[in-house]
Amino acid sequence: MREMELFPAEKRAQPQGVSNDDQCFGWSSETPAAGAAEDEVLAPILELHPGEDSPEYAVNPCKVCAPLGASLVFKGVAGAVPLLHGSQGCATYIRRYLISHFREPVDIASSSFDEMAAVFGGRESLTRALDNVRAQYEPELIGVATTCLSETIGDDVADILRRYDTDGTCVTVQVNTPSYTGTHLDGYYATVCSLVAHLAEGGPATETVNLFPALVSPEDLRWLRRVTGLFGLDPCLLPDYSDTLDGGQWTEYRRLPPGGTSLAQIRASGRAAASLELGWSQARRETAGSYLNREFGIPCHCLGLPIGLEATDAFLAVLARVSGRSIPEQLEAERARLLDAYVDAHKVLAGLRAVVFGDEDLAIALALFLAEIGVAPVLVASGGTGALADSAVAAYPALEKHDVTFLPDTDFACLGEAAKQARPTLLVGHSKGSKLARELDVPLVRVGFPVHDRFGAARLSCLGYEGSHRLFLEVVNSLLADRQAKSDIGHFYF
Amino acid sequence: MPDNTLDNLLEDRKGQVLETAPDGAPAAIRCETRSAAGSVSQRACVFCGSRVVLYPIADALHLVHGPAGCAAYTWDIRGALSSGPALHRHSFTTDLRETDVIYGGAVKLERALRALIAEHGPRAAFVYSTCIVGLIGDDVSAVCKRVQADCGIPVIAVDSEGFKGTKKDGYKAACEALVKLIGTSADPALPTAPARSVAGINILGEFNLAGEAWMIRDYYERIGVPVVATLTGDGRVDTVRRAHTARFNVVQCSGSMLGLAAKLEENYGQPYRRVSYFGLEDMAQALYDVADLFVDSDPDMPRRAAALVSEEMARVLPALAEYRRDLEGARAAIYVGGAFKAHSLIKALRHLGMRTVVVGSQTGSAEDYERLRQLCDPGTIIVDDSNPVELSRFVLKKNADLLIGGVKERPIAYKLGLAFCDHNHERKIPLAGFDGMVNFAREVHGSVTSPVWKLSLRSRA
Repeated sequence: MREMELFPAEKRAQPQGVSNDDQCFGWSSETPAAGAAEDEVLAPILELHPGEDSPEYAVNPCKVCAPLGASLVFKGVAGAVPLLHGSQGCATYIRRYLISHFREPVDIASSSFDEMAAVFGGRESLTRALDNVRAQYEPELIGVATTCLSETIGDDVADILRRYDTDGTCVTVQVNTPSYTGTHLDGYYATVCSLVAHLAEGGPATETVNLFPALVSPEDLRWLRRVTGLFGLDPCLLPDYSDTLDGGQWTEYRRLPPGGTSLAQIRASGRAAASLELGWSQARRETAGSYLNREFGIPCHCLGLPIGLEATDAFLAVLARVSGRSIPEQLEAERARLLDAYVDAHKVLAGLRAVVFGDEDLAIALALFLAEIGVAPVLVASGGTGALADSAVAAYPALEKHDVTFLPDTDFACLGEAAKQARPTLLVGHSKGSKLARELDVPLVRVGFPVHDRFGAARLSCLGYEGSHRLFLEVVNSLLADRQAKSDIGHFYF
Repeated sequence: MPDNTLDNLLEDRKGQVLETAPDGAPAAIRCETRSAAGSVSQRACVFCGSRVVLYPIADALHLVHGPAGCAAYTWDIRGALSSGPALHRHSFTTDLRETDVIYGGAVKLERALRALIAEHGPRAAFVYSTCIVGLIGDDVSAVCKRVQADCGIPVIAVDSEGFKGTKKDGYKAACEALVKLIGTSADPALPTAPARSVAGINILGEFNLAGEAWMIRDYYERIGVPVVATLTGDGRVDTVRRAHTARFNVVQCSGSMLGLAAKLEENYGQPYRRVSYFGLEDMAQALYDVADLFVDSDPDMPRRAAALVSEEMARVLPALAEYRRDLEGARAAIYVGGAFKAHSLIKALRHLGMRTVVVGSQTGSAEDYERLRQLCDPGTIIVDDSNPVELSRFVLKKNADLLIGGVKERPIAYKLGLAFCDHNHERKIPLAGFDGMVNFAREVHGSVTSPVWKLSLRSRA
């Protein structure tokens, strides 16, 4: 069975109409909440383009496409090379976008479709690409993600891969990521699911856990590994690009950068004691966790991202339960320091309003964190198509007292308009909000993906007590810096 | 010692790399071909080629017809500055979804075009087709024609489906779009081709990255050459439409705009001249060459060009000498989009006492590579359409101290402990012209002489 862990753990309130059992699998985005209260719950979600299936157009998109998410996940598997079945540009644009964020080499192969392939099918292009990737990279795994092109001409990628002989030297895993469906986050989750569905094996149960986080920073991935280690767990953390996309200097080019989730770990995910999904929208999808639950009966806990004190409490409570151990002292100390910091700075934040935007699972978790520290998250926006609404329902009890507007499937033009009405004191989101922050003359606290205009995106932690502490100080200090810069007096003390 | 650096290539990549021979023996390179599947080419696609060429036209609506990704990845991607409107810095897309792919996107495109034109009042609109549009068969031209008739501005379809060739084909599609615009001026006072009213030039292939077009334009104006239009840096639709009234076209960045220059010569009898604005030599040569073009109507112009060059040289040479002291003997690797720029960079690096040991480009022609071969010292690796595995091997083999490239080359340099200079469209510092040469030297110097390399693994190895 899959359990949806709600926030906060002790005062766990069920959002209206959401059950705590397998029913949540059938809870599609069209029918976000079964039951009478549905309308009330969804009331704060703006209908942007009434009467239309999708917006007429987008101005300054607040999302990128699914193959990017797929590439990122494959980069988090040891010895893997992502291969996009489509035009050369898809791979190159995505590389450029990821390189600008991580500031690390990001090699993504392409089947380099040409007109012939578009007319006669991409089998030959893909086969040749597989040959060349194997020859040049000697990978353990090639992760093949489709694009609009290969999806639309109807290439049977699964069949091409089935017939492709790797001489047993490498594994191929395929995921369907047409760029016209969903966002990079949808591609991300679909790829985690696909890896597990291809590789997980049953057998004698182990005591370890599977950990499937939303798109988080390398620093946060390292924290997830560390904290599960403190509970004596050696998790299958998937993906894990904490080393592959945040590594050290090299003396020669590492075609397969060290690090990543090993294939053995992914295979063993079918024997784990439990799966933990971090990111509420996963409860609304076919995910790695739901697959393992169905195929191998592994219980799956779906939680929000552990950002903030109470959300971290909830996560650690699950780890404690799964491991049978109590919360380590070290974490208690970190918690105490975080709470102490909250108290020290609470007056700086009193009465402030924030606009939050980014991937839906991150945006919701950030909104809850802001509410926890006394900043009203008055507008929560995402380019994600629908899961924000689902997550909002899950998160709603905690946000109830704030007059929150949810803005799913948005672009920066709509977000900008809504933000002006929201009169925020600060923005919290990724770097594409920098122009909006300039326009509104408020600070932007950069978190999430992408961060293209600052160094250290890989180290932007926000999970756990420590990450929350860093984020908290960033919020407080950017407000103080803004106040100090705009003050005629230029105070010495704050 | 046997060396297999050039043999250890993918079978599909053989012939696209050469090492210049000690005796200068001729050698040809395979180029202008589709990227090898699976090679991890640094190239993008047809759409990218079109988008970068037309992008700097600041008062046009640039609507990307396709899924949001193609538009999102190119949102404000170039450092192409505008002195006025900045519509080009927004990213407009029809954001096609699954239902649009099934039922067709033409209706959505038309609604989007009309709404966006009404809202933003552009002077023209470019509609870029992406891969998916080429497959589902939307009649983009018909939509553009209808909207143009109703809205009274040029609405031009750019045939930039990603898979229909290489980035260079995208340049071609963009130039075709420009050809449609040039000579269409709504101003009845302007003569139609081939009569010309202005004794000036068009600057082609200059995109005003970090304000470079302004510097170049200033040089031309100082020697008495009026500039009719810059294509496309700090571009305006109306000046592009008037471009046929100039006497000459002066073309930089051969890859993107040489075809346009040839077409304009054919259509309007405008002769063209190829130039480069990078490095002192090429910058000076550009001014001399253009002054020569006007010697019939203005015999004093060459003297003024020479005077400007001396004045600028006197100003920048002392600064360059300072940088050269520290850089003398250092080895450089170059991997850029167009090979024409690589020529200038090799010469500019020589001014700094630096030798080029690896040089390559994404889109060079056979002619470009032959010129590079003649220009380079023996033992230089020349490469077309390379990839990270090759590039890293080449720079290590040739013991380069510096890599010049763009965003995708940067981490290769940094991981291996090499200095890096960004000479791509994201740059924030002007590198063209005389002052640009000083900036270039400062950029190179700042990276090559940084103390961090002493700590890096490779220098300790």
